[in-house]
Amino acid sequence: MTTSKTSRAAMALFAAAALALAAPAMASGGADLRMERAPASRLDDASLQRGARTFVNYCLNCHSAKYMRYNRLTDLGLTEDQIRDNLILGDAKIGDVMTVAMRPADAKAWFGVQPPDLTVISRVRGADWLYSYFLGFYRDEGAPTGWNNLVFPNVGMPHVLWAYSGQNKLVTTEFENHEKAVGAAIATKALALVEPAPGGKYLLRTLAVDQPGSMAPVQYRAMVADLVNYLEYMGEPSRNKRITLGIAVLMFLGVLFFFAYWLKREYWKDVH
Amino acid sequence: MQKVMNWIDARFPLTALWESQWGKYVAPKNFNFWYYFGSLAAFVLVLQIVTGIFLTMNYKPDAQKAFESVEYIMRDVSWGWLIRYMHSTGASMFFVVVYLHMYRGLIYGSYRNPRELTWIFGCLIYLALMAEAFFGYLLPWGQMSFWGAQVIVNLFASIPVIGEDLAVWIRGDYTISDITLNRFFAFHVIALPLVLIGLVAAHLMALHETGSNNPDGVDVKHQPKDPKTGLPLDGIYSHPYYTIKDLVGVIAFLIVFSVIMFFMPEMGGYFLEANNFIPADPLKTPEHIAPVWYFTPYYAMLRAIPSFLGTQVWGVIVMGLAVLIFFAMPWLDRGAVRSIRYRGTLYKTWIAIFVVSFLVLGYLGVVPVTVWGQFGDGVPLLGGADRATVVARIFTALYFAFFVLMPWYTKIDKTKPVPTRVTS
Repeated sequence: MTTSKTSRAAMALFAAAALALAAPAMASGGADLRMERAPASRLDDASLQRGARTFVNYCLNCHSAKYMRYNRLTDLGLTEDQIRDNLILGDAKIGDVMTVAMRPADAKAWFGVQPPDLTVISRVRGADWLYSYFLGFYRDEGAPTGWNNLVFPNVGMPHVLWAYSGQNKLVTTEFENHEKAVGAAIATKALALVEPAPGGKYLLRTLAVDQPGSMAPVQYRAMVADLVNYLEYMGEPSRNKRITLGIAVLMFLGVLFFFAYWLKREYWKDVH
Repeated sequence: MQKVMNWIDARFPLTALWESQWGKYVAPKNFNFWYYFGSLAAFVLVLQIVTGIFLTMNYKPDAQKAFESVEYIMRDVSWGWLIRYMHSTGASMFFVVVYLHMYRGLIYGSYRNPRELTWIFGCLIYLALMAEAFFGYLLPWGQMSFWGAQVIVNLFASIPVIGEDLAVWIRGDYTISDITLNRFFAFHVIALPLVLIGLVAAHLMALHETGSNNPDGVDVKHQPKDPKTGLPLDGIYSHPYYTIKDLVGVIAFLIVFSVIMFFMPEMGGYFLEANNFIPADPLKTPEHIAPVWYFTPYYAMLRAIPSFLGTQVWGVIVMGLAVLIFFAMPWLDRGAVRSIRYRGTLYKTWIAIFVVSFLVLGYLGVVPVTVWGQFGDGVPLLGGADRATVVARIFTALYFAFFVLMPWYTKIDKTKPVPTRVTS
């Protein structure tokens, strides 16, 4: 695993964003968002490793993961030396948690809000939301960072991965009623937002490629899927262990139940 | 061994205690499915206490550290995640089990003479359990912890004259703060567990004094004795019969418990709410504050009651009465029989209405009041009102009608004769 050079491009973008104030986060009221489903691959160590690399290179510059220790990444089949060489970018020690050097006051000045800690973000948002979020960025000259997001309107965060994904633009189509708009949203088989518009009409908002990035869309989706996979792992590192242990416990209880039930029947034979 | 027992019994009534409370306790032989939930409640109580002790070893009741310490337990403490999930799943399953146990008491008339005190101790356990759950829910110090506590404490603030001071007294501060967290921790880990254990002991002693009711409501204790065994005709010893039967119940329960805990510990957001993975932020009110599912029937009532004479206190009173009215059950029921098996249509209809009301209110307490939209402006009286609020009001009325009308409908209900022996 290597440290990606493109993280510098991302930092340049942050510098540009630093000039602006972002609007506070607002949930879309009355709107109907059709998210994309995140491909699940919880047992795929290679995917988790790629996701971890993306995470430390692009997310960990502004977002902390302050309950997550670097050496926990040995879960993903890495040695401590591999983690030290590839995934610790600053001078953190292997047993440290993933903190970020940016001061909260600066963060607030640059982005309008302090970027949230991401350790358990997958447990707040869910995998589908995160996956759709990374696919949901589009150019918006009216926004302070020049970026907006279909999943998280007026988000304070710029599109850090834009060099890979390319730039999307927002496509808005008007429909005369809700059913038609929703029908068209389903037909897109992609991220789509249906919003009420004046006059009882409905707007369907989807995204279209404006400028292609360095990755083909399918590659970018794979990259985002790995990142979401990693975020899900980080939200609950014990998940795989929980599931495998659960299967063993249930098998044990099944056997125990059988014997206990048999014993009960034996005892109760003389109750009439 | 016998020598040791004799030595102890001469100084402490160990054998007598064991025999009176379980070993030689005579129970009806016809307990059905519903009778598992008493022993299961005791099992979950022990589970919560044991897992709670281990959680306390690593949890920090400090507003700066509480959230972090929970994640520390989930990540860095060996098997911490398992202990925490047992405790969080156990909290919800405690209410599942207790609600089913209470429902058993209702349908078989277990609250009736001579078991009024067993029932009253049980109601007190239910109250203490609600308090225990409420205090415990603040401890993870997530957004729902904080705002849930804020909403509940503000209920007390709505009491006229003394309300504001009372709320400050409860919180120890003008808002939910580190001070509140510390005292809630004290209540959760010491005060209420002590109360609960004491009440459970009283509940069991009272039960073992009167003898257990059964699905037929037959008075087994005063039946003629079987000449061979010396026991009432339909009585058997708890041990080993119900020891082994309840063991089967515990294992079956553990299977259900494990399926939830190992494969869906959040239970779709009902056992662990998504918003509670965001640390408490006093400056950011969540869009939708919903209590945990086991409080939602009462929460729905609270929201449904409009303010009147310039105060919100009526909703609080209704909510309080909805819980306290259970205490009156032994005196509200004037029926000739105990068990639903020998009741008439009237009682059966009303208990069905009660169950439906409880479930509908429980659902409405989870969702925002706007869930079903509003009545059109053309609708007389109701124009513009939230449909869900109107429905919640109707079911609140039905919930109370079940209790208030009980003396009447149980008295005139056509009951069937109760047999002298239990049916198998």
